[in-house]
Amino acid sequence: MDYLVTIGLEIHAQIQTRSKMFCGCSADYAAAPPNTHVCPVCMGLPGSLPVPNRRAIELAALTGLALNCRIASDNVISRKNYFYADLPSGYQRSQYDDPLCVNGWVDIDGDQGPKRIGLTRVHIEEDTGKLTHTADGGSLVDFNRAGVPLMEIVSEPDITSPEEARRYFQKLRQILVWIGVNSGDMESGALRCDANVSVRPAGQQAYGAKVEIKNINSFRFVERALAYEIERQVTSLRAGERIVQSTRGWDEATGTTVAQRTKEFAEDYRYFPEPDIPPLRLTEAWVAERRAELPELPDARRQRFMTDYDLTPYDATVLTDERAVSDYYEQAVAAARPRGVAPKDVANWLTGELFRLLKDSGETLVVAAQRIRPEYLAEVQELLNNGVITRTSAKEAFDAAFREGRAPAQIVAERGMAVIGAGDALTDMVRQAIADNPKVVEEYRGGKVTAIKYLIGQVMKATRGQASPQAVQQALEQELTRQ
Amino acid sequence: MALTLAEVEHVARLARLRLSPAELEKMREQLSNILDHFQMLQQIDVSTIPPTAQVTDLVNVMRDDELRPSLAREQALANAPVQQDGMFRVRAIFEE
Repeated sequence: MDYLVTIGLEIHAQIQTRSKMFCGCSADYAAAPPNTHVCPVCMGLPGSLPVPNRRAIELAALTGLALNCRIASDNVISRKNYFYADLPSGYQRSQYDDPLCVNGWVDIDGDQGPKRIGLTRVHIEEDTGKLTHTADGGSLVDFNRAGVPLMEIVSEPDITSPEEARRYFQKLRQILVWIGVNSGDMESGALRCDANVSVRPAGQQAYGAKVEIKNINSFRFVERALAYEIERQVTSLRAGERIVQSTRGWDEATGTTVAQRTKEFAEDYRYFPEPDIPPLRLTEAWVAERRAELPELPDARRQRFMTDYDLTPYDATVLTDERAVSDYYEQAVAAARPRGVAPKDVANWLTGELFRLLKDSGETLVVAAQRIRPEYLAEVQELLNNGVITRTSAKEAFDAAFREGRAPAQIVAERGMAVIGAGDALTDMVRQAIADNPKVVEEYRGGKVTAIKYLIGQVMKATRGQASPQAVQQALEQELTRQ
Repeated sequence: MALTLAEVEHVARLARLRLSPAELEKMREQLSNILDHFQMLQQIDVSTIPPTAQVTDLVNVMRDDELRPSLAREQALANAPVQQDGMFRVRAIFEE
């Protein structure tokens, strides 16, 4: 029997702010010594008053707009009550009935072509502290992360395979990093995901029992954990067993999912509106301001690169993967236009030579861009287009520009890399060759036409190979007939 | 409205309270009385009044994303019954 797979992802993304969600402590917890970014608010001390971080709300709304959501006008922060040592106040401030953003979508490459994955909601909440378990049976609590602003992005159960789940997660990361609301750093936990998965026999209407896999922190693991879990559930069903709604954890070491606590009922969290935080009322004008902050998104830019710049789908994809690279390319194209250089040629320099140099040096483009300015890509192609340099010299000049941070034109001039095609320099060398070799000239004039080959050789030697033999021959013939 | 003992036990468990049978019975009576009082409030017609969880009439109280000094770690840990390596030490946490 065939089984249908239903997957929904809940993604937790740290909102990139300087300070925490409800207090002025630094949200940069990764490298800080334990319990140094804490205050009465984020340690849940009695009498402290939480005040929402305006920027966190703005960035969460910006995310909602990027994900095609509607932004709710009335927002309530709620308390989600449960006891755990990493939660200092005994409740997590979150949103329940009134999420900030609702009804969005993300377009991905599905298993059967383009696919739209629905988004149920994006809501804001605070992160918990960090627990470290000791060998002698204790747990150590660090509250630096407590109160760090998070967004929870919940998808509809529209995903039907582990590969699609990975692609959806990757697409979401791309967008979040692109609009600057999240660092995309999955290793430090700034972006992590829980996956809900169920299977049911083909033909059955009702969904199977939902199993939640917690805390997956890489694209590879989301795919592997889901593949394992689907296999496990299908095997159980085939053996006539029942799947129980439950929570499991992904165990990297064994490549399996492991049963965790049985899921508590939502009612047990006893959500109620946070009395210390007045409602957030977001006006249409405020939402319009957020919309104005929204940059062109990767999909739209990719399309534009293909139509306006004549890029292949592959190049357009590569050049819209990362915002920094994409913006750099745009700057290079802006410099290329007035020089009559085609955006396509600029793309070739970027994805070919520059990516190779970055790979060799191990740098990011942002770092290397301080030396290799975007306009240098346009400049080197212009030199090539105008026949000033050969392709070999162009690469050499580009490499030097990358290493030294100087303009290719300057490098070409200093190193005498310019093709000696015509003009005074070549004429001088041609005259010199004629003056130095009266015998050969005599033979040529006497009818031995092939004698010119020797003269061409002499001039080429003088130009150190930076002239085209055809140009040299032409110049020689001109001089020889004139004299 | 009389609560059952099972309901009281459930609420006690959520609040991490360990109650003796006598205390459970006492709580059952007291909580039932409180609920009765709310039952009375529920008879008032509020259909024309929008629900609210606030009494201050404030909206949009927010702060700029600026850093403010945190506590010194010694201060943060001052009331910790047990501490270790600059952290609060608690009993091992077992998954239920």
